[in-house]
Amino acid sequence: MTKVIEGLYYSESHEYVKVAGNVGYIGITDYAQHALGTIVYVDMPDVDDDVEMDEDFGAIESVKAASDLKSPVSGKVLEVNEALEDDPGLLNKDAFENWIIKVELTDTSELKDLMDAKAYEEFCAE
Amino acid sequence: MNNKLYGNLIFELSHPGRRAYSLPENHFGSHPLPAAIKRENDAELPECDEMTVVRHYTNHSENNFGVDNGFYPLGSCTMKYNPVINEEIASLKTFTSLHPLQPIDTVQGALEVEYNIQRALASITGMADVTLNPYAGAHGELTGLMIISSYHQHRGDTKRTKVIVPDSAHGTNPASAAVCGLEVVEVKSTPDGLVDVNDLKPLLGDDIAGIMMTNPNTLGLFEKDILEIAKLVHDCGGLLYYDGANLNPLLGAARPGDMGFDVIHLNLHKTFSTPHGGGGPGSGPVGVCEKLIPFLPKPHVYKTKEGFSVENPNLTEEYSTANNRVSGYHGNFLVSLRAYTYILTLGKNHIKEVGPLATLNANYIKECLKNDYELPIDCLCKHEFVFDGLKDKSTGVTTMDVAKRLLDYGYHAPTIYFPLLFHEAMMIEPTESESKDTIDGFIKTMHIIAKEARDTPELVKEAPHNTPIGRVDDVLAAKHPILTYRQLINDMSEEA
Repeated sequence: MTKVIEGLYYSESHEYVKVAGNVGYIGITDYAQHALGTIVYVDMPDVDDDVEMDEDFGAIESVKAASDLKSPVSGKVLEVNEALEDDPGLLNKDAFENWIIKVELTDTSELKDLMDAKAYEEFCAE
Repeated sequence: MNNKLYGNLIFELSHPGRRAYSLPENHFGSHPLPAAIKRENDAELPECDEMTVVRHYTNHSENNFGVDNGFYPLGSCTMKYNPVINEEIASLKTFTSLHPLQPIDTVQGALEVEYNIQRALASITGMADVTLNPYAGAHGELTGLMIISSYHQHRGDTKRTKVIVPDSAHGTNPASAAVCGLEVVEVKSTPDGLVDVNDLKPLLGDDIAGIMMTNPNTLGLFEKDILEIAKLVHDCGGLLYYDGANLNPLLGAARPGDMGFDVIHLNLHKTFSTPHGGGGPGSGPVGVCEKLIPFLPKPHVYKTKEGFSVENPNLTEEYSTANNRVSGYHGNFLVSLRAYTYILTLGKNHIKEVGPLATLNANYIKECLKNDYELPIDCLCKHEFVFDGLKDKSTGVTTMDVAKRLLDYGYHAPTIYFPLLFHEAMMIEPTESESKDTIDGFIKTMHIIAKEARDTPELVKEAPHNTPIGRVDDVLAAKHPILTYRQLINDMSEEA
């Protein structure tokens, strides 16, 4: 059974954003890490890069597949999770604890286009 | 098998000074290379006696697995048998001793063969003309997209920079589009696994260069809306590109040209029985509709009153710079020759049996196994189909485990974890070449593995057990690839 956390915003491409003020922590969901299998590489943007809603901000490679990372929101990258460079498997251990990038949100109204935990859970069950 | 000779690298069998040759005495003195071009370090090549070298590589070669060894149901790759007669014809000295720059009047026979292949492939696919120049499927894709770009640019239509690719597409499609400088736009599949026409419509516009499709698609399903899709794409000014990876089931039954495709590539090493993969070389001919003929790359073979020529007798000034070379000369001519041998061996009537037999074999396996394996889209397939892992997911046995266990029973594993539409994808394509006995043997083995997964899951999870090398650590291999002997030695000394 995959885990879904209340209070986060979810996208159809299985990324989440956890919002604290005008800062967003973006990562992949537990469902995504489970589907990908053991993750071996995470390609992340640079600090100060702009990311846009629904646009690629990096890529993720597992033993099964390589996938693009799509940003659920628009913003400017404040920080990338450098721990993932050495140990991308952290995403398999806890995808929600190990966010991938931290961004400054440029348009909080975008959040209303994302799913809440309940809607995302139903989306995954389909 | 001698495990020492198989299990060691050739470097580990090396002894300083050991030789497999002797040179005559040097009467001419020593003439060292200029210091500027001499290497700084020794090459450190392995030094072995001849018998060690021969046995080492022979032992390795005996562990190779190909269609000649056993069943190879690798979906999306059409690993069909390569008839020996193909090799016989392609090794005729009259062909192998030719040089591509020989005077044209001395190679009329080879040009006639090439012309006939162009015509045969055009006729089989319903295209107006075909170039044999591209060296492989992906090269064909790039060539085809370059033709599409040239066509739009030649009309001054420079806004068309996007290519639509279905989410089930082969990975080469978006890759080729990107190499060609085009932007990829994804179109979604319906729950039935076909291109979603409603999702396609809003993507179409004056910035669309074309759409790339396979038909049947990657799930082995026939895109039954293809005529509507062709009309929609053409109406917006785009062209249709056909990825020929899945042509096999259509042979003699349907033609991409008749479906509205403007450009196609073929994989001679799939549908037309030429060698596949590293043993190739490959060949990816590209077919075009009438209006794109002026954009075919050079050289091309033309039939004229004076004989066969590589210069277009009808080329107008307008198009003289529209096309260019994509390969050294005429592509892999000897591969084209093998494909031509295959076409002539089957002939016009028997080639029509390829598609129906490949389709029958795939459906037979699918129906026999669907109680044990999850069939996400249950309908008539073409030459291949996709399972989504074992039906009983409670055992924790994955598609990877089933694939590894198949090796124990002497089968090549099917394609796994592709397409990405399903998490536990297992893509099976038997081809038309296999007998019912072979196919029944495979089905029986798949049933046995499903039973093992229920009764003794650890046995499957730890497979393979009967191969020279057991389960490899693919996570470590992906994270820390050891690609040279030197790196291996360094790693070992660090550990020590």
